Amino acid sequence: MTTASGESRQYVTFSLGDELFGVEVTRAREILDLVPVTKVPQTPDYLLGVINLRGQVVPVIDLRIKMGLPQAEATRESCIIVMEVAVDGEVLTVGGLADSVREVLELRDDLIEPAPRLGTKLKTEFIAGMGKVDEQFLILLEIDRVFNSEELAVVQASGESSTVAAV
Amino acid sequence: MAKRVMAVDDSATVRQVLQMTLEGAGYQVVEAVDGRDALDKLGRTTVDMMVTDLNMPNMDGIDLIRHVRQSPGNRFMPIIMLTTESQPEKKQEGKAAGASGWIVKPFKPEQLLAVVRMICPA
Amino acid sequence: MSSLADTFRDEAGELLQELEAALLALEENPDEASLVDRVFRALHTLKGAGGLAGFDAVAELCHEAETVFEEVRSGEQHLDRELVSQALQAKDLLRLMIDAEFGGAAVEPARLAGMLAAFRNRLAPTAVAPGAGGFLASGAGRGQSTYRIRFRPGPGLFRQGIQPQLLLGELCRLGEAVVVAQLDHVPPLDELDPEACHVYWDVILTTGEDENAIRDVFIFVEDDCELHIQLVDADGLVDADGDYKKLGEILVERGDLPREELEKFLAEKKRLGEALVAAGAVDGGQIESALAEQERIQRLRRERQAAEVSDSIRVKSERLDKLVNLIGELVTVQARLSQLANGREDAVLLAVAEEVERLTWELRDQVLTIRMLPIGSTFSRFKRLVRDLGEELGKDVMLFTEGGETELDKTVIERLGDPLVHLIRNSIDHGIESPEVRRAAGKPAKGRITLSAEHSGANVLITVADDGLGLDRDRIRAKAVERGLIAPQAELADRDIFNLIFLPGFSTAEQVSSVSGRGVGMDVVRQAIESLRGSVEVASDPGRGTRFVLKLPLTLAIIEGLLVDVGSERFILPLADVEECIALTRAEAAATHGRNLVNVRGEIVPYIPLSEVFSLGGERPEIEQIVIARLDAGRVGFVVDRVIGEHQTVIKNLGRFYQGVNGISGATILGDGHVALILDLPQLAVQAVQLEQAACR
Repeated sequence: MTTASGESRQYVTFSLGDELFGVEVTRAREILDLVPVTKVPQTPDYLLGVINLRGQVVPVIDLRIKMGLPQAEATRESCIIVMEVAVDGEVLTVGGLADSVREVLELRDDLIEPAPRLGTKLKTEFIAGMGKVDEQFLILLEIDRVFNSEELAVVQASGESSTVAAV
Repeated sequence: MAKRVMAVDDSATVRQVLQMTLEGAGYQVVEAVDGRDALDKLGRTTVDMMVTDLNMPNMDGIDLIRHVRQSPGNRFMPIIMLTTESQPEKKQEGKAAGASGWIVKPFKPEQLLAVVRMICPA
Repeated sequence: MSSLADTFRDEAGELLQELEAALLALEENPDEASLVDRVFRALHTLKGAGGLAGFDAVAELCHEAETVFEEVRSGEQHLDRELVSQALQAKDLLRLMIDAEFGGAAVEPARLAGMLAAFRNRLAPTAVAPGAGGFLASGAGRGQSTYRIRFRPGPGLFRQGIQPQLLLGELCRLGEAVVVAQLDHVPPLDELDPEACHVYWDVILTTGEDENAIRDVFIFVEDDCELHIQLVDADGLVDADGDYKKLGEILVERGDLPREELEKFLAEKKRLGEALVAAGAVDGGQIESALAEQERIQRLRRERQAAEVSDSIRVKSERLDKLVNLIGELVTVQARLSQLANGREDAVLLAVAEEVERLTWELRDQVLTIRMLPIGSTFSRFKRLVRDLGEELGKDVMLFTEGGETELDKTVIERLGDPLVHLIRNSIDHGIESPEVRRAAGKPAKGRITLSAEHSGANVLITVADDGLGLDRDRIRAKAVERGLIAPQAELADRDIFNLIFLPGFSTAEQVSSVSGRGVGMDVVRQAIESLRGSVEVASDPGRGTRFVLKLPLTLAIIEGLLVDVGSERFILPLADVEECIALTRAEAAATHGRNLVNVRGEIVPYIPLSEVFSLGGERPEIEQIVIARLDAGRVGFVVDRVIGEHQTVIKNLGRFYQGVNGISGATILGDGHVALILDLPQLAVQAVQLEQAACR
């Protein structure tokens, strides 16, 4: 969709605590109500476990922990956003646990500002840019980077180290 | 005419097994009890093939094979030696003396026949 | 004629008398060599006759006694009174054993066993010989293979009483053969020795027998002749374009024509065969033989292709994968249906559910068979590898394969290639000795590697065995101590020492060759096999060879599992590992003072409380269940809250995010739609040991 002032894209917005986040709608496959998640032992906290998505086993990540926010109890509004992310050239299906999903909205590219270096408690390397919706900041996520391979390596390493830590 | 096989062994049991097996397959069998007896009989009759034990009194199998290979009429005759698992070195000695092949004792009649038929078909 | 048994009884009577006489004389004159010879000969003859007449026990006892006297004869063993009286007792026993067959009293088995042991104990340790070995076994594949055979006898063939036409005739009986006589080595008439064999033969043989059967034909002449057997075609081999090699390629492969020569002639662009013969580069017979091979194989491949077109279709393997996934989902839904039906008292619904269950299993089995391929296609490529590596390393090695028709899941076969290459390389590099060393050790100069496959329950066993040096127990141990893998004072069984070679970074090769010995090796093999849910074992006999046995599941898609509850979670334990389930009361658990050991019918078995390992918390039930698993490391118990029952488990990969997670090999979806994790019991056991060791430090 183009306007005189440039391209625009659609975003799914969701909340984590007081903050509002968005991911491009093309990357989100579906939104699920919270279903029981099977925890995989000896893995880091942000890896919540796996769920059954119509016969496919899909990992679920706690987006709060991932973004550096404190963990919270699940509520009736909690939901899982199923996304497709590229990791090392491979497209993986991943679920992200969010406090609630708000809406799908359209945002013009020229209204998006780069991520601030300071002034946010969040991990800035995951932020693609900042937009504004009804006077509230919308943090747009660089979703591939959220699940980058370095993070995967941490999974493996911590999977091993936790065995030692359990002594 | 049936092929004639000389069976050389000091054991009557072995000779009888050889005789029963070979005659059953259409061969004629001439028996000899040791190397000297075998050479003696070879001077008086002709055979197409020989099956011989190695450990025998009077003249052992290796010597017998050497003698047979030196007699003009039998230089190309097939000779099978009967060896035992416990003496593998005898096999080499026998081959060097001119044996065509070997059968390891104890053998089954069909094993004997398979070898004899390959070297000297009835 | 009297019966064979009667003849034997009479002969045995004489031989036993002779044996006794010789032994008694020997007692008087222990140094008289001719008496030892008499004893030996009597035993030897009695053994041979007994074996033939069906008196196997007599033959066995004679054999043991003979072996001891053989050592006396060669001076390795001292003759003493005790041996003489032992031999006299043996003679009496032999008498009784023979009489027993003719109506006498039966001999107690223990008496025979005692006597056998008495002789065996006298042997020098090295002479305790032919053990399990058993590298040889027959088992021709069903498929037809085509071999290129070149038989070049030594000149002394006729003087050995062998007629080559009989051997070639025997070969023709194995299958369909074309025999071409090669005359290019026949000397001119005035130099010709009419008693020597100057001709050699090429045979193109298509047969259902394996290479061993072909070698057997030449068994009496093998040492004195050149015998080359090459597999040039096997069932399932179809070149992409259906064409076989060009004439020139065949000649070069056979060594009849140097490659440079071929290239020179090809450049001239004439009809190759004619040009080569005209120039004297090869002989007419060699061309004829190569053409015969070309024609045969082209015909076979055309036939095979025609047959394939008529009764099979090609399907892309990804379509098969999709089908397997769908079956997996169907199995899951079916389980759910059955669960629902069981919960309602509706006979009609139950009947339908059972029918669906039956059909689902049948469908599953059928689909899984489609993915199965014979492993033989993989085997054939190793022949070449062995030949090339042997040449490179100066070893004379031959590969024998068995059980190529054994079927395995396609994925398993594909991922098995590299580990097998590694094992074979290792065997050639470290196992098989150089021809000189082998000859000096009294072995055939040509080493043999056997690659075989066989079914064993829900598994396939693949064996790579060589008849080489065997593993050096002491060197492995020393290296392991040096690398800090084991404590210097650790007491390890042979088996455990041999298995040290699978540890990361372990390599005993003193010379780094281009083939192996870089220290990346066996651990990679083990990892690869374990990633296929298989295991690898090594056994070795010093001086006689090494044998690796890979145990692999038939399929990777579905396993039989045992569904259990721990806390609020459910897990699947592979049923193949599980031996039994026993109850553990809280009192029993407390009685071992936290040592986690349980007494299973007299055997002390360590157990692992899964709720603790997985930090699942929650209230423990009064009576827990221990699932006892039989693992490579021995029996290990896994404590769970409740055993729910057997479960057909469709294996799902956990994916990249959970790569490298300990103790979990995958996941499955249960009938109610929940995900249950599949436990990797061997890994959990290893981890528990590591934790315990860390705790002790």
